[in-house]
Amino acid sequence: MGITTDSSSKSVSPGSAVSPLLRRYFGTPGRGLLSVLLATVWAWAAWALLRWAILDATWIAEDRSGCAPGGACWAFVVARIDQFLFGFYPPDEHWRPALILVLPVVLFAVAVSDRFQSQRQMIGAAIVLVPIASLALLVGGVPGMPHVPADKWGGLALTIVIAETSFVASMPFAVFLALARRSQMPVISMLATGFIELWRGLPLVAILFMAVILLPLVLPPGFQIGRVEMAITALTIYSAAYLAEVVRGGLQAVPVGQLRAASALGFGYWRTLAYITLPQALGKVLPGIVNSAIALVKDTSYVMIVGLFDFINIVTAALSDPKWLGSPTEAYLFVAAVYWLVCFGLSRWGRSIEIRSARARGVVRS
Amino acid sequence: MRVGSTIIAALVGAAMSTASASAAEDDTLKAIKQRGEVTCGVSTGATVGMSTLDDKGNWAGLEVDFCRALAAAILESPEKVKFVPLEFKNAFAALTSSSVDLLARSATWTYSRDAEMKLEWPVVYIYDGQGFLVRKALGVKSAKELDGASICVSGGTTTELNLADYFRTNNLKYTPIVANSREQNLANLEAGRCDAYSNERGGLAANRAALPKADEYVVLPDVISKEPLGPVVRQDDPRFRDIVAWTFYAWVLAEEFGITKANVADEAANSKNPEVQRLLGKTGDFGAKLGLANDWAARVIATTGNYREIYERNLGTGSKVNLTRGQNELWSKGGLLYAPPMR
Repeated sequence: MGITTDSSSKSVSPGSAVSPLLRRYFGTPGRGLLSVLLATVWAWAAWALLRWAILDATWIAEDRSGCAPGGACWAFVVARIDQFLFGFYPPDEHWRPALILVLPVVLFAVAVSDRFQSQRQMIGAAIVLVPIASLALLVGGVPGMPHVPADKWGGLALTIVIAETSFVASMPFAVFLALARRSQMPVISMLATGFIELWRGLPLVAILFMAVILLPLVLPPGFQIGRVEMAITALTIYSAAYLAEVVRGGLQAVPVGQLRAASALGFGYWRTLAYITLPQALGKVLPGIVNSAIALVKDTSYVMIVGLFDFINIVTAALSDPKWLGSPTEAYLFVAAVYWLVCFGLSRWGRSIEIRSARARGVVRS
Repeated sequence: MRVGSTIIAALVGAAMSTASASAAEDDTLKAIKQRGEVTCGVSTGATVGMSTLDDKGNWAGLEVDFCRALAAAILESPEKVKFVPLEFKNAFAALTSSSVDLLARSATWTYSRDAEMKLEWPVVYIYDGQGFLVRKALGVKSAKELDGASICVSGGTTTELNLADYFRTNNLKYTPIVANSREQNLANLEAGRCDAYSNERGGLAANRAALPKADEYVVLPDVISKEPLGPVVRQDDPRFRDIVAWTFYAWVLAEEFGITKANVADEAANSKNPEVQRLLGKTGDFGAKLGLANDWAARVIATTGNYREIYERNLGTGSKVNLTRGQNELWSKGGLLYAPPMR
């Protein structure tokens, strides 16, 4: 039905294409009234928002009292942008967290552009290397990059590093767990199932809480685990337990004939896995993997439990600065916009891989 | 939430005492000197006037000053502090598990916390209490005039219970307007959905400062509950407890004797008052009795100033919080601050 209307409207003149639209919104007096009313409400809301957010907004001020009443006080965000992005990192070294924020954007641009599609392996390697490089940039300790202790890390750079590292570390872990759970050996499969169910059944808050409170009691005195390592480990395990089930779904969807064909061709277990099973399985569950990655980015906001000022918590803390009291709306809108951008970028990336692999499959079929 | 954290802290405490023999006296002090750092559990930068972060990432506030004072007393440098941001729900557990040396994060001293956890409040540095924030236009001068008023309050809190108790005791009627968060309560008050907002007065004063039209609101002078806030330490180390207590007493004594950040060096050299001489380490070996250098108090005052200076800087009428001292005034001026004699 929808298809026929669609194709017919293409063939008629543009003038009559407007009339169904007109009829839809102004067909009867009641509809017309409702449309006008709603349009007015929308326009009014949009205008109020525009005035508050742009026209009446203050961009530069010394403190909250320097902001014009009635408009947004973006000066709060402007004054603190260094802290929100780079945490308490020494100003001379700001290029390092800045690079950490730029790296994934570059990687994203390269990965979705058509020009680099032949270098799939290079992109794959970069996906593993970027988190390692980011972590190294943050830690420093080599000539030209002095060591910066972990309590100076924070803001968006820390959020990104934690998310990247935990995701990339949890992926192979998840594949291993999924394979182990489908293993023919009951001990291995039971261990994997137990592991997955344990960590999936615990709230992340509780995992982080136990890490920060109970670990010091069990460990020998004087032996301390850094808070960032703690957060990354907890998030890796947590995310691996979820991803393992996503990957298992993919493994189950690979037709059994494929495996038989592989073994008929003389492929062993590992070769079948690397060339037949995993590429198909991971391709099938890509939306699920992207979903988990996005969830992981947002889960990083729990690291305040181990005492880390990630992006949202550093903004929340800034709200209590006596100089800027009363700016929560601006702060949380900014936070929401940044999180949305990061997650939307991830989602686009996933989508582009999906489209590409669908296209590739189409080519293979013909 | 409060009950949950108490249980967890108790569990951790039980695990501790079974896992290792109870810590020997002096352990905390020794550990701090060895580490070269006092680890101080503060808020997550969210308590205005007590512990917040500025745009350079420096900590500020009365409780932050207390940590700095303690570092000055023990390690001779106010910079040798590590501030550990803790959420309320894991703060007590962090202290019991020795992740931090002390808490300075606005923890109210109550009977059950004192009795059930192996923790101790050596002193009270802020006597807070529940009060009311009202619109000036209401024309109310005292909480007793709030008969029939609608009052905004957070649901499921001790604040809500205190409010009910107060109105029942005074035979007054009110309509509670319950919300879940401070932001919601403030929005309700601003929109006129309630006549007053009841919460701890320190917090109310900070909230008032954050309102777009702060001048139209006032915090009533009435205090309807007791919220004594102080540093918290583990119970197993009486020596460290004493050091924490006397660091605070040094603030109070300094105000009593008129010793300030500016004149402390002069007072230490020239004061004729024997008690000042003992406090600032000119005579006797009073510091050594606590395992500290004799000029420990002089360094505390040189770092943070006396109690008045600290209060005014962070909470007082000169600051954004703009809270009068009320009960947080010297005993000689009708307040509750009292330090034992220095002898």
